[in-house]
Amino acid sequence: MNVAGVDCGSKSAKVLILRDEKVLARVAVLSGFDPKAAAAQALDEALKQAGLSRGDLSHVTATGTGKNEVDFASSMITEVGADARAVIVLFPAARTVIDIGAEEGRAIRISPEGKVIDFAVNEKCAAGAGTFTETMARTLEVAVEDMGPLSLKSQNAVPMNAQCAVFAESEVVSLIHAKHSKEDIARAVHDAIADRIASMARKIGIEKDIVLIGGVAKNVGFVNSLKRNLKEELLIPENPEYSCALGAALMAAERAKEG
Amino acid sequence: MPTEYWRWPESRWTSPEIDGKAGQIITAGVDVGSVSSQAVVLVDGALFCYSSLRTGSDSPESAQRAMEYALTGTGLILADIHYVVGTGYGRVNIPFAQRALTEIACHARGANFMYGPTVKTILDMGGQDCKAIRCDAKGKVTNFLMNDKCAAGTGRGMEVFADLLSVPIEDMGRLSFEVDTEPPPVSSTCVVFAKSEAVGLLRKGWPKEKVLAAYSSAMAHRVVELLQRIQVEQDFAITGGIAKNEGVVKRIEAELKIKALEPKYDAQIAGALGGALFAKALVEKERGLR
Amino acid sequence: MLAHYGYKDGSGEYFIVLDTDKCDGCGRCVSSCPWGVFEIGEDENDPFRETAVAKVSESHRKKLKYSCAPCKPGSGKKPLPCLESCAPGAIGHSW
Repeated sequence: MNVAGVDCGSKSAKVLILRDEKVLARVAVLSGFDPKAAAAQALDEALKQAGLSRGDLSHVTATGTGKNEVDFASSMITEVGADARAVIVLFPAARTVIDIGAEEGRAIRISPEGKVIDFAVNEKCAAGAGTFTETMARTLEVAVEDMGPLSLKSQNAVPMNAQCAVFAESEVVSLIHAKHSKEDIARAVHDAIADRIASMARKIGIEKDIVLIGGVAKNVGFVNSLKRNLKEELLIPENPEYSCALGAALMAAERAKEG
Repeated sequence: MPTEYWRWPESRWTSPEIDGKAGQIITAGVDVGSVSSQAVVLVDGALFCYSSLRTGSDSPESAQRAMEYALTGTGLILADIHYVVGTGYGRVNIPFAQRALTEIACHARGANFMYGPTVKTILDMGGQDCKAIRCDAKGKVTNFLMNDKCAAGTGRGMEVFADLLSVPIEDMGRLSFEVDTEPPPVSSTCVVFAKSEAVGLLRKGWPKEKVLAAYSSAMAHRVVELLQRIQVEQDFAITGGIAKNEGVVKRIEAELKIKALEPKYDAQIAGALGGALFAKALVEKERGLR
Repeated sequence: MLAHYGYKDGSGEYFIVLDTDKCDGCGRCVSSCPWGVFEIGEDENDPFRETAVAKVSESHRKKLKYSCAPCKPGSGKKPLPCLESCAPGAIGHSW
């Protein structure tokens, strides 16, 4: 049976097509100002990749901030639920999930069966999510993808006080004036966001194994900062930005079997 | 060089009536904020001169520049000043200040001078913070709250929009009223998200004025929430840079259903003015006059 | 004076309210808080106050949601240690 999971996020719409637990396609399209259109486009491109048509899909489940806009979905699942489902399949020993997206960060505790025990969400504040790194990258005049590797070259920890993405921009400018290197500033940016995310995770209690997913998990600098802060190893799946869509797809598979 | 829409004019003023050199107690207050710096000089408790300019990358240097700019052409120099109180974000780094006091205490004192003893509630919207202060008839603080964690409700939040819409910051207030009906506000909880929302609205064809109105509403709502936490008691006054933005001021007044007092002087100098007043009280204490 | 230390951001409002008229500067809140949220010192907001006063430390002021989370209800600790330690009842939490 072919199913699809659609994660309609604030920055990009991700679609994952699953057949009997095998991933056939993964596509992400920037949401821009029309998340609905982005989701549809992502679906069509994924179908092409998988060599399927819309009619071949038995069930589509949507998740993400824009889940209500996905008109071709037959069911919905919360992001927290989707994360939990996906992670327990990817890492059966996982007990804590940290999902950092462009505009939202989540920390989830799960049971050995993959049930959500507790969770904390950092929403409505850009300082706890990927947008923070992007904004700082612009201020430093560095490409977002280079922020991670750049920060790993840092030799010094420089403290960053600003708890707001807008104020942090001004702080980065003063750090540049104070002649700190881009490497050190990039690391400070990652340390700052890791600090907030670790605090959020500690709020619900951290139990190993800890899994990190979401687009920001691809940022090696952030991963390093978070590991240092938590003093723990982090498990990261391949294609971490698709984990939430995978969870939705797994839900779709279950629904397809029922109906 | 592209136009810097967020740049507001720097200014100074000297009293045409007072002879600085004849003063018995000459005091100054310097307010070094994260965005702007002000210096105020009082001669025997009367407003003698002041300046307002943008804070540079160096706090002590900004304090120095503000002080010198205020004294320009007055015939007085720094050495003539008996006591300087520093305030603001950069207060501990002002080398020529004898004492550092918080902006909370200074704004209350300064507002009491500027608006009179009837003022009981002050809203100060600074560059990177937002303060709600309750004070008594003497300008002593009885209740306060400061939010400097979040750009929503601060000058920087306004600057982000001036830049986004390419509108000079001094025109933002006036332009926000050039709408037929008041649109619903954008996100009041985060400037970054409000900005994304605004970009979407512009794409949908909203004119700048409408977006400005939506954002000014959001800002007003945000600060009113903070004010309600300390409970507003009349008279109510607004200090700080954003007091000059009638778009935000009028919407705050509408939401509170209370009119703010009209400032007689530049509302941005309240902190430095309060500092100079404290300086005078401290000199009098030293000289045994109190 | 009611000093509100803390912040409001997208996720909510978190303020510790210190009543400086009630605070006698005894310092028990400083020792009872497991995270070092409080400090005792000169009252920067009242230049004429002679006695020391309690305040929230600068390093915690903008992170109170996280600093206080371990003591909040639902975490096992019943009464907050800081509130318990303050005899004049000068400390309050807005959340």
